[in-house]
Amino acid sequence: MSGAGSVGIVMMVHNALERASQVARHWATNGCPVVIHVDSQVGRDAYKEFVGGLSDLPDLQFSRRHYCEWGAWSLVQASQTASELMLKSFPDVRHIYLASGSCLPLRPVQELVDYLAERPRTDFIESATTDDVPWAIAGLDSERFTLRFPFSWKRHRSLFDGYVRLQRRLRYKRKIPMGLVPHLGSQWWCLTRRTLSAILEDQERDTFDKYFKRVWIPDESYYQTLVRLFSTSIESRSLTLSKFDYQGKPHTFYDDHLQLLRRSDCFVARKIWPHADRLYKTLLTDGAEALKKAEPNPGKIDRIFAKAVERRTRGRAGLYMQSRYPVEGWENGATPSSYSVFQGFADLFEDFAPWLANSTGATVHGHLFAPKRAEFTGGESIYSGCMPDSAAMRDSNPKAFLTNLVWNTRGEQQCFQFSPRDLQDLNWFIAKDPNAIITVITGAWVVPLFHSNLSFAEIRTEAARLQKIESEHMGVLRSPYAKARVRIMTMAEFIEAPMEPLQTIIDTIGPRNKLRTLSEAPKMADLTGFGKFLQNLKNQGMHPHLMGDFPTGDHISQVTTKPRKPYLVRK
Amino acid sequence: MRNLWTAYKMRQKRQRLLFRAFRKRRQLVCVMDRSDQITADAILAFSTVRNEIIRLPYFLEYYRKLGVAHFLIVDNDSDDGTGEYLAKQPDVSLWHTTHSYKLSRFGVDWLTWLQIKFGHGHWCLTVDADEILIYPHCDTRPLRALTDWLDQAKILSFGTMMLDMYPKGALDAQTYQAGYDPFQILRWFDGDNYRSQMQPALQNLWIQGGVRERMFFADRPERAPTMNKTPLVKWSRRFAYVSSTHSLLPRHLNQVFDLGGAGKTTGVLLHSKFLHMVADKSREEKHRQEHFENSSQYDTYYDRLTQSPDLWCAASYQYDGWQQLEAMGLLSKGPWA
Repeated sequence: MSGAGSVGIVMMVHNALERASQVARHWATNGCPVVIHVDSQVGRDAYKEFVGGLSDLPDLQFSRRHYCEWGAWSLVQASQTASELMLKSFPDVRHIYLASGSCLPLRPVQELVDYLAERPRTDFIESATTDDVPWAIAGLDSERFTLRFPFSWKRHRSLFDGYVRLQRRLRYKRKIPMGLVPHLGSQWWCLTRRTLSAILEDQERDTFDKYFKRVWIPDESYYQTLVRLFSTSIESRSLTLSKFDYQGKPHTFYDDHLQLLRRSDCFVARKIWPHADRLYKTLLTDGAEALKKAEPNPGKIDRIFAKAVERRTRGRAGLYMQSRYPVEGWENGATPSSYSVFQGFADLFEDFAPWLANSTGATVHGHLFAPKRAEFTGGESIYSGCMPDSAAMRDSNPKAFLTNLVWNTRGEQQCFQFSPRDLQDLNWFIAKDPNAIITVITGAWVVPLFHSNLSFAEIRTEAARLQKIESEHMGVLRSPYAKARVRIMTMAEFIEAPMEPLQTIIDTIGPRNKLRTLSEAPKMADLTGFGKFLQNLKNQGMHPHLMGDFPTGDHISQVTTKPRKPYLVRK
Repeated sequence: MRNLWTAYKMRQKRQRLLFRAFRKRRQLVCVMDRSDQITADAILAFSTVRNEIIRLPYFLEYYRKLGVAHFLIVDNDSDDGTGEYLAKQPDVSLWHTTHSYKLSRFGVDWLTWLQIKFGHGHWCLTVDADEILIYPHCDTRPLRALTDWLDQAKILSFGTMMLDMYPKGALDAQTYQAGYDPFQILRWFDGDNYRSQMQPALQNLWIQGGVRERMFFADRPERAPTMNKTPLVKWSRRFAYVSSTHSLLPRHLNQVFDLGGAGKTTGVLLHSKFLHMVADKSREEKHRQEHFENSSQYDTYYDRLTQSPDLWCAASYQYDGWQQLEAMGLLSKGPWA
């Protein structure tokens, strides 16, 4: 028999018997009496072999077997039977630790024994009221305690759900026995003999048991609730480290978690993958190292697993890949980062792209959606991420083209030119994307026509076509569904005062740490005779309205091509 | 209503495929049957090979190390010693056939038969000799860790994307030695020029892109090779691959991706097609016309490959393990932390 004030381990086993046997032996040979409950679903031969393998250990007993089912009362029953046996057979045990077969001690057993010896009256059990915790499974939190659950959630899901619906409709509510305040928490606890025997020997235990038989997942609430009646000192945390995924299933630990687990300073972890040989080998050989007195500190592990849960529930913004193909509205961000679209600037200025790149340090592409090819910056034919400039590939899935580009260059501001001559398929997608910054000079597409050698009839047809396309696009940008940052100016407005919008552009996309003052304006195309040209279009019966109002004379272009605003700093 | 009709048609199709595999069983001649080695929880690998004597040593070693317990291989009339080599391996069951690869739906009919016979209830990995499976944590966790996790999460199929790996310089500049890691030579890949679309009938994600599209199909991307594959499945004798391992029936097995915006756990198949042998092989394949539905459409593709071009470009990425692929968004750990 072990010394006074030792720790007894109640172990619930249902699979991976070899590992369970290994761990049980570890506990027992390190001075902790063990009582094992083996699920009666385990076959007779396997059970016999398991018992036989441990028969050499004096401080190890097996309790009467129950048929255990997840979420059902039988799990509590099994732990009651085993706990009673523990209390009866090992009178020296002061703390009782409930563990499973897939639990693994992370620190030398003596450290746990010492830790508990210093806290002889403390019960370690996570116990919180339903209002305070977000652990709703299948949409049930406080209703776990007020409805009845006679059907198995795993085997008869539709009956389970139907019966819940029926009770809700009938406004059925169970009476919670007097004096009980429902609490929830991890089912892995460590209680003092005093508290545990008070729970198991209470006069009203039959009433409580009867009530909890029809509570859903009672193993997470039975001890957690009753401990509030009997304990004098509750530490509401579990000494067993266990992490849960987005579905409420426990995460499994593997060999590569060894360092993390060690650094957590927790006493026990679950659940361990049965084939994690290195974990079992390392952690079950108690080193001769000096015993630590560290408090458990699962912080880092918490963060890593929280990240996994978040990635599962939200995914990475703007990433489209084999694992995620979000339907519209579920993307968690249609694109990963901000990008800028300039419409009309490349038509109106001769050197807009180099000027913008110079003054902001952003990556400035040409017309990415030009009909012939994607005009990547610097005329490259293969851009970041090995994206070729092939128009055919781009056009077969323009959305993938754009999202890939922005994803590949995360952290760089991408700018590109756009015009009604380009592929228009993405107009809605970009307009709805809050990451897009769109600046438009409407009607500027007419400038290349104005400079072209086409016959006037051809110009007229082309102008009509482009104006129609741009009008529709502006309709999209002005719609209430548009979420992009949009600024639309007519060409006339812009020419009237070009410096302010240019400065704004630089302020928005330039480096944030320093404010840049516009020192050099891009060179505007020669607009001599432009007013007359527009008038000619009008005379031919076309109505060029997107440019705004231009006087027929030439004097406008004289002013604008050489901007001499007083606030302009010239080098 | 429409859904029901599609479901009905898909069911018919699946039964047709299974029957087809049943009829073609006689095309297979068993050379070496070691299937009595297969234990109840064994992970099995299925493959159709032809003249793969150079790739097989590494292929077998890699998957043995991952934890594949038994290989079931169909030798499609190799003449380079592949059959003899495989028959000697202690964990390979081998079948031989001289029938048409194309008429067997690129070997799928033969493998479907073997899967009906041996795969039921097992995790089955269906891969070609030039496909090496990479999954999250594959450097520290064996394949069984993945399948155990899939089991407890009640997931039946594991999706991957093919990653065409290539060398820097002409394809025949470096000679690959059997048994070595091919990705010491094929170190480079295209990072992110992939695009995907939903295939409504089979509910799978159709992914295209990569170096083959960039180099050979940039002007007709619709012909570019399909990159998505679902090679790892908890098999049932009622399942059937539809076209290669790109898609399978019943359709729910194709849903290896998430519509809700999150990411499921996925892997990558490193593709070692572009070793030095590819030029000779392409010459042969162009002649045999066994590899594509409209094989003549792919003549220029083969012609260019026979010239051992340089596929590398300045934007190519150098392979550096699954963590790199995860950071780039080519595979995902999903909830498997």
